[in-house]
Amino acid sequence: MKRTHPIITSLALLTMGFLYLPLLGVAVFSVNSARRGLVWKEFTFDWYIRLFSNERILEAAWNTLLLAVISTILATILGTVLAIGMDRFPWSKRTRNFLDIVLHIPVVIPDIILAAALVVAFGLLRVVSSLFDPGLLNMIIGHITFQIAFVALVVRSRLVAIGRDVEEAARDLFAGNWYLLRRVILPLLMPGIVAGAMLAFTLSLDDFVISFFTAGPESQTLPLYIFAAVRRGVTPQIHALSTLIMIITVIIAISTERLTRKDLFGREKK
Amino acid sequence: MKNRLIMIWYGELTTRKSLLRRGLVFLSPGMLWLMVFLVLPGLVLVAVSFATRGAYGQLEWEYTIENYRRLMGFSLFGWTSDYLLILWRSVLVAFITTLVSVILSYPLCFFIATRKERSRYLWLTLVIIPFWTNMVIRAYAWFLILAPEMPFARLAASLGFIAEGSPLYPNAFAVYIGMVSMFLPFVTLPLYASVEKLDWSLVEAAQDLYASRIRVFSQAILPQTLPELSVGVILTFVPAMGMFVVPDLLGGAKYMLVGNLIQQQFGASRDWPFGAAISMGLMVLTMITLQIYRRRSKETDHR
Amino acid sequence: MTSENKGGLIIEGINKRFGDVEVLKDVTLEVRSGEFFTLLGPSGCGKTTLLRIIAGLELPDTGRINLCGQDITSLPATKRQVNTVFQSYALFPHLSIFENVAFGLRSRKFADEVVTERVEKRLEMLGLLDMGDRYPDQLSGGQKQRVALARALVNEPEILLLDEPMSALDAKLRAKVQEDLRRIQRRLGRTFLMVTHDQSEALVCSDRLAVMHEGRVIQYGHPEEVYDFPKTRFVAEFLGAANLIEAKKVPGGADTRYGILRLDEEPSWTRGLLAIRPEWIRIGEKQPGENGVRARVSEVIYRGTSFDLWLEPGPLRVRTSSYRHFRPGDEVWLELAADELTVLEDDA
Repeated sequence: MKRTHPIITSLALLTMGFLYLPLLGVAVFSVNSARRGLVWKEFTFDWYIRLFSNERILEAAWNTLLLAVISTILATILGTVLAIGMDRFPWSKRTRNFLDIVLHIPVVIPDIILAAALVVAFGLLRVVSSLFDPGLLNMIIGHITFQIAFVALVVRSRLVAIGRDVEEAARDLFAGNWYLLRRVILPLLMPGIVAGAMLAFTLSLDDFVISFFTAGPESQTLPLYIFAAVRRGVTPQIHALSTLIMIITVIIAISTERLTRKDLFGREKK
Repeated sequence: MKNRLIMIWYGELTTRKSLLRRGLVFLSPGMLWLMVFLVLPGLVLVAVSFATRGAYGQLEWEYTIENYRRLMGFSLFGWTSDYLLILWRSVLVAFITTLVSVILSYPLCFFIATRKERSRYLWLTLVIIPFWTNMVIRAYAWFLILAPEMPFARLAASLGFIAEGSPLYPNAFAVYIGMVSMFLPFVTLPLYASVEKLDWSLVEAAQDLYASRIRVFSQAILPQTLPELSVGVILTFVPAMGMFVVPDLLGGAKYMLVGNLIQQQFGASRDWPFGAAISMGLMVLTMITLQIYRRRSKETDHR
Repeated sequence: MTSENKGGLIIEGINKRFGDVEVLKDVTLEVRSGEFFTLLGPSGCGKTTLLRIIAGLELPDTGRINLCGQDITSLPATKRQVNTVFQSYALFPHLSIFENVAFGLRSRKFADEVVTERVEKRLEMLGLLDMGDRYPDQLSGGQKQRVALARALVNEPEILLLDEPMSALDAKLRAKVQEDLRRIQRRLGRTFLMVTHDQSEALVCSDRLAVMHEGRVIQYGHPEEVYDFPKTRFVAEFLGAANLIEAKKVPGGADTRYGILRLDEEPSWTRGLLAIRPEWIRIGEKQPGENGVRARVSEVIYRGTSFDLWLEPGPLRVRTSSYRHFRPGDEVWLELAADELTVLEDDA
């Protein structure tokens, strides 16, 4: 085992401290009973309990979840089918390049540009239909747009990893198109699809900018709620809300890690 | 048998035509979506950047390059550097954020890579958690740490940097703190992948030759980690340029970045054409960055 | 259905190019029913492509393939009574061993009882019966190979294709698996067509083999035949060790650096090559009746069951199992007997 220089060790620990100090601060003050100011009074879970009677927060939580679930399901389906379409058919090099560029746009451009483009596009569509008034539908559309790309990229890399061999083996063993898809491709792809869906889900929960630009008055999400609340000053309730979201994030992050680290194949019993 | 149309594809005997037809079925839902909600809006955004803002903030389809002239600083009242300064500042903030993140990431990666197998996994998870934590929450958390009652603000006040009882925000310092803490994991995570598989024998060989620490780093470590490092750099630099949450919360009007400027046009000012023009400016900066990255990574491939 | 080759495989005039590269050039072959046939050649000689064409995983540009009297050239892989053991084995990692083996039967919708019965029979034959519930990544390399074999054989193919089936195994295991494979083939009496670059593998397993080089079949026949009478320099060198001697045709023999050597067959060239295997050169104290060469030992290499001697002028390699010890510097007589000298087809 190599040892690290004490300077490197202390720098590393300081950096970790730098990452965690604010998060721990929020967590600590979320169980402090002082209503105003940042002085320690006594331990309490009061702020957490009050969260559940705050209708605006509950509504924002519901919106966040609804947005994430719907957009993830749709984006996972669209992205998976798109990935298969891109990888498993003999497109010419030019077509392939074009598809590749389109797929990478949402990944590489700053999200604020996508947000601006959506605002303008929805603004023009509003002339046609009031469906495109700012609100949940617009947010879902916006989220799906960047999620598709991430799902398709994850699923495609999995497709490439699966390779040609097993498909040829399946053909050699008399498998037709449908049987091949159902019995070989989809099961082998499942870890990739799940990883892509998890990524899409966390990206949706994490997103602020797209939601901020496309949300209407009735469709606040938790990040939007916190963002608005901060301007009115920090309160213990926001501490509690933030801590709760962090804990949920930790759970999702760890379970995603586990899932992708576990053996690569979703297994099936005889 | 010499039939160009018949082919075997992944073990299936078929024709190119029927394959492409099936491929199109797979391709079209996703691609149609991306066309309608990504490519088309993008083109509309370009078009709008050449349109005119009506008196009440409505769009008027009158072709003009006024929005771009304004971004360059020309106005009725002569030339001002305001907008260019904001663009420049965005690049600067992105650059410094990236640089500091890289400098902090190396020790962190070395530290994690030298832990025992089990605790290495734990440390890595600890880096991943903030990576996945909502940005608004993390920016908000700095509000708390930099609040007037907290030791940092008190220290700064007693040294005379800020007035007694005022917070350490909004200002440039708070923006940098927030940005680095936001983007650090973006550099650390890819970099760690290469530090973990680093060939230490090269490093030891360099040390045996009494190379200075700086030479050991620049000649034995940096070249080995360069590909992953540049992935981290690009993952940080591009989104950092367009960052909106951190400067908005921690910089306020005092340290505006291009993200805030865009938001302003689509929000309070309701000047879509100008907002679209600024977005195009940010797009150009992004493209330049990606181009530099692509050229550099091609160079390293050829070595 | 021809009486000579019912159930056999006939390949006629196969050509295949990938872009600018001609991978197969007018390949014609016949594999008889029930024999173990091997395509032997260095990597890139087109042997795997030929195998893939037979399996239906690649289209030939020209040519025909006939299996059991039926033209299968334009049949898809799924309609051919052909199964393959892939080089990577290509087992389905998400399916248990049982389901892997059952795959070909299930995709043709065999009844469950039939599937179970046939799969278990194969698993038992290959000593895998208690592995049915495991998954491919829990098996050793040798076990995986047997699963791949079972998965192909359970379909009772008219011909079983094996693409470098041993390349993923370590050397020690390989020798055992070669013999096992040979026994299985004998027991089942099925037609096996194997592709390999390993000459010893080809010699151990095959009833007949074909040597391929740069997209062509250069020579085919029984292993001994090809080994003893290589047609070209490539075959002589690829299949074991050979001494090559430059020669000029003279009446009744050839003029070489070792003097005039009598030959049994008349060369078709005026200048060309002769070959003789190291173990066919006789070594002794006395001058032989004809084709004798005076030589000096320059190096002795012990090879366990035999010695390899390098001799000057030459260098000539001689393999001997004699108890007599030769030392570098010893002067000896060699006999390059006329019936052991092979006239190669190449021009010099």
